[in-house]
Amino acid sequence: MSASLTVSEASAQLDTHTREMIDWHFSPETGCPYWLDWAKAAGWDPREKVKCFADMMHFDNFDDEVLRKEDPAKFIPKQYLGRPYNVFETGGTTGMPKQRIGWDDYKTDYTEFSEHYGPDFFPQGANWLMVGPTGPRRLRMAIEHLANIRGGACYFIDLDPRWVKRLIGMGEMQMAKAYQEHVIDQAVTIIRHRDIQCLFTTPRLLESLSLRMSLADAGIRGVFAGGTTMTPQYVKFIQEEVLEGKINYAPTYGNTLMGLAISKKREPGEYSLTYHAPQPRATLRVVDPKDSTKLVEYGEYGRVELTTMTKEFFVPRFLERDEAIRRPECEEFPWDGVGDVRPFQSGTKAVIEGVY
Amino acid sequence: MQIPILRLGETYHSADLAELNDNLTTHTANPGLIRRDLLRISESKAALDAIPAETLADYCEAAAELFMTADLPCGDSTQSPQEYIESLSDLTRLPHTLVKMNMGKIHAAMSQIRTVIGGLTRGMSLEIFDRGLASVDGLDVNFYPTTSSLGVSLPSNAPAVNSLWIPALVMKIPVLLKPGREDPFTPLRIVQAMIQAGFPKQAFGFYPTTHEGGDTLLTSCGAGISFGSDVTVKKYAPFKTIQVHGTGRSKILIGEDYIDKWQDHLDVFVTSIAANGGRSCINTSSILVPSGRDDIAEAIAAELAKVEPLARDDQNALLCGFANTDLASGIDGMIEGLLEDEPGATDVTAKFRNGDRKVEAFDQTYLRPTLIACDSKEHSLANTEFMFPFASIVQMPQSEMLESIGETLVVSAFTEDKDWIQDLMISPDIERLNIGPFPTNRVQWEQPHEGNLFEFLYRRRAIQGNLTSVK
Repeated sequence: MSASLTVSEASAQLDTHTREMIDWHFSPETGCPYWLDWAKAAGWDPREKVKCFADMMHFDNFDDEVLRKEDPAKFIPKQYLGRPYNVFETGGTTGMPKQRIGWDDYKTDYTEFSEHYGPDFFPQGANWLMVGPTGPRRLRMAIEHLANIRGGACYFIDLDPRWVKRLIGMGEMQMAKAYQEHVIDQAVTIIRHRDIQCLFTTPRLLESLSLRMSLADAGIRGVFAGGTTMTPQYVKFIQEEVLEGKINYAPTYGNTLMGLAISKKREPGEYSLTYHAPQPRATLRVVDPKDSTKLVEYGEYGRVELTTMTKEFFVPRFLERDEAIRRPECEEFPWDGVGDVRPFQSGTKAVIEGVY
Repeated sequence: MQIPILRLGETYHSADLAELNDNLTTHTANPGLIRRDLLRISESKAALDAIPAETLADYCEAAAELFMTADLPCGDSTQSPQEYIESLSDLTRLPHTLVKMNMGKIHAAMSQIRTVIGGLTRGMSLEIFDRGLASVDGLDVNFYPTTSSLGVSLPSNAPAVNSLWIPALVMKIPVLLKPGREDPFTPLRIVQAMIQAGFPKQAFGFYPTTHEGGDTLLTSCGAGISFGSDVTVKKYAPFKTIQVHGTGRSKILIGEDYIDKWQDHLDVFVTSIAANGGRSCINTSSILVPSGRDDIAEAIAAELAKVEPLARDDQNALLCGFANTDLASGIDGMIEGLLEDEPGATDVTAKFRNGDRKVEAFDQTYLRPTLIACDSKEHSLANTEFMFPFASIVQMPQSEMLESIGETLVVSAFTEDKDWIQDLMISPDIERLNIGPFPTNRVQWEQPHEGNLFEFLYRRRAIQGNLTSVK
C-alpha cells in the first residue's frame, strides 16, 4: 500500500511512473493515434522533455472538449488493439457527452479502494446497493466489481442525472422532486426485501433514504458516497443524523477521468474532508487559478488540476470545475491531498476549522 | 460573537461557519437539517396548540417591550438594545436612526398584535385559533390551518419586514426563519423576546443558511414567504404555497382635481421617496402627474438634494451606505447608461445636489437621492426601483394612469374624484391603496401589508349541522 512509502519514495515512484507512461503513450509501438498525432502537431516529443512529474508542466492544460469531439477509438493504445473495451461517459452532461474508454482501470482503482477498507468497515460477503447514476458510467461497473471482490452481489437503482438537470432547467422542480421520490421508493423496497449491508449513493440521496427509514435499523453497516460537495457540516450531519453515528462512512471524490480519491481517516469530531488521488495512476494538484503551473500554499484554496496516467488513458493537467484547499501528505497517503472540495469560484469567505 | 442555529428552539453548532466581520460569525445550516427538523414539526405545533391564542397575544405584547428594552440572548452572548442598533448598523450600513425607526415598527406590530390579527381576520375572535370556530354576524364559520409550518426567507435590507411573520405564532403556526446574510440580529432578537415572553421555544427555527437552504426552507414548509426581485418572483411562481414579496414599484398618482394643490404636499413626496433610506418596497418609485411635470420635478428635486450623506450615528442621518460598494457602482452606472442611451429622461436632481450621485463619505459609499423626469412611461427609468431614494416623474392624462401603472404594491392617489376612486378600487394592479395625499410608506396596522397572512395560513371550510356540543 501507498502508506508503506515515505514522501520522497512516493515522489520518486511518481517520477518513474511518469517516464514509463510518457514512453508508453508517445511511442508508435504502444501509443494511441490521438496522442501520437498530437505530438506531431505540437512539434515536440514528450519522451525527450518529460523525465519526471515536474516536467509535465511542458503540457498545456488538457481541453476536455476533445473527449466530446474525437472518436473514442482514437484513444486505443496500439498494444490494446483488438481487445474489447468499455466506453464510459461523464455524469450529468447534456448534449454530446464526454467519453473515455477503458479496460481494467476501474478494477484496479476499486480493488485498491477495497483493500483500504477492512471487513469491519464494509462487511466481507455483504451485498451492496448502488443508488445513483448507472447507465454508461464507469461507476456502475466499478461498484459491482467492488461488491464482487468483497464476496457480495450488487443491486442497482438508476438515477438519470441528465433528466434531473433538464427538469431543473425547465423549472419543473416538482417533477424533479417526484423523480427523486421514485428513485427512493425503489431503493427502500430493495433494502426492505433483500439482505443489503453496504450502500453506494450520493449524499443527497442518502439523506432522502434516511428520511424514510432508519438505515442502521435496516442493517446497513457501511456507506460509500461521492458525487457532490460535502462541506464539514454536511459530513457532520450525515454521520450524526443520517447514519445515526452507527454506520461507517467513506466519502470519496472522483470522476470518470480520474477514478476515485479516498478520504483520509479523520479524528473524532473532525469533519473536514481531505482526498488523496490514487497516485501514481492519477495526481491531483491545487493550483493558482491565474497560473496553473504554480501550486497554491498549503491551507489555501486553488483550482483542482488532474493528471491521469495509466496505460489505458492519458490526461495531462486537466483543470477540474472544482476548487479545494491544498493539504499536505498524511500517514495513509505520502502525497498532497485536496480538502473541502467545492465548485470552482463558488466560495464566499468561510472559516476553515481543523485544516490538518 | 458566534450566532448558532436554533433547531426548533435547541441551539445547534454547525461545522460550517460564515465570517460576517471580525467580530461576528454565523453557523451555517445545511439544507438537510431543515428537512430533518420538519419531521418533528408536529411537536412544535402541539406546543403552540396547548396555549390559548389570547395568552399567546399577551405574550406577543410582552415580547414587544422585551424587544425594545431588554438584554436578550444573542448567540454565545447577550445583546442590549443599543448593541443591537450598533451591530445591525455595522453590518447593513443602516444609520442608527433608521434602525431605531425599524425597531419602532416591529414593536408596533407586536404590541398591536390584536389589531393586526383583527385586521387580517376581519375582526374574528382570537378563539378561532383555539377552536377553529367563530360566529360572524350570527353565522358559524370554521377555519382550519393549511400548514403546520411557515418558512420565511428574510432580506438583509429591511428589518421591519420581520413584523410580517410575527402574527403566525399567535395563529399557532410554527415559523422557520432564514435570516438575510447581513441581518441575523433582527429575527433572532424577536425570537428571543418571544421565547422570554412565554412562547414555546420549539415553535421557532432559525437557520442562517445558503441559497439552497433557503429554497429548502420555502419548498419544504407547508407555506413559505420570500422577499426579492422580479427574479425571485419568477423562480417561485410554480409553487402555490410560496408567497413572494417582490419589487414594489410603488407610485403616487395625482388627480386632475389635486394638481393645483401639489405645493401643499411637497413633504409627502419627499417622505415617500426618501423615508427609510429609500430602501423599502413601499417607497415611491414613480410619480404620475396630469400636468406641470417640470415645476413639480424641480421642487421635489431641490428638496431631495438636501438629503446628504451623514455618519451612521448622526441623529439626522437618512441615507444608507452600501455594504457592497460594487452594487452602488452598478446602480449608478446603470442609471447613467440609461440616461445616455435612451433619450427623453433627465436627472433633475443633478443640478441641485452637491456633486455626483455616487459619493464616498464616512468610510462608506452612498448614492444621493435622484429624481428622473421622463418624457414617456416607456422609458426604462420610468417604472423601476433601486435601493436608495430614487423616483421618476412622468406626465400623462389622468385617464391613462391606471392602464399605465402595471403591478404596483402601493398607490397613493391624490384625489377626491369619486369616479376615479371607484376605478382605483377595482384595479387588479394595486396591492395597497391610499386615497388622499398620504405617503406611500404609510402603515395602518389593521390593514394587511401585502397578501393576507391569515388567508395564507388558514382556509375556511363549510360547516353545517348540530354544533351545540362545540359551542
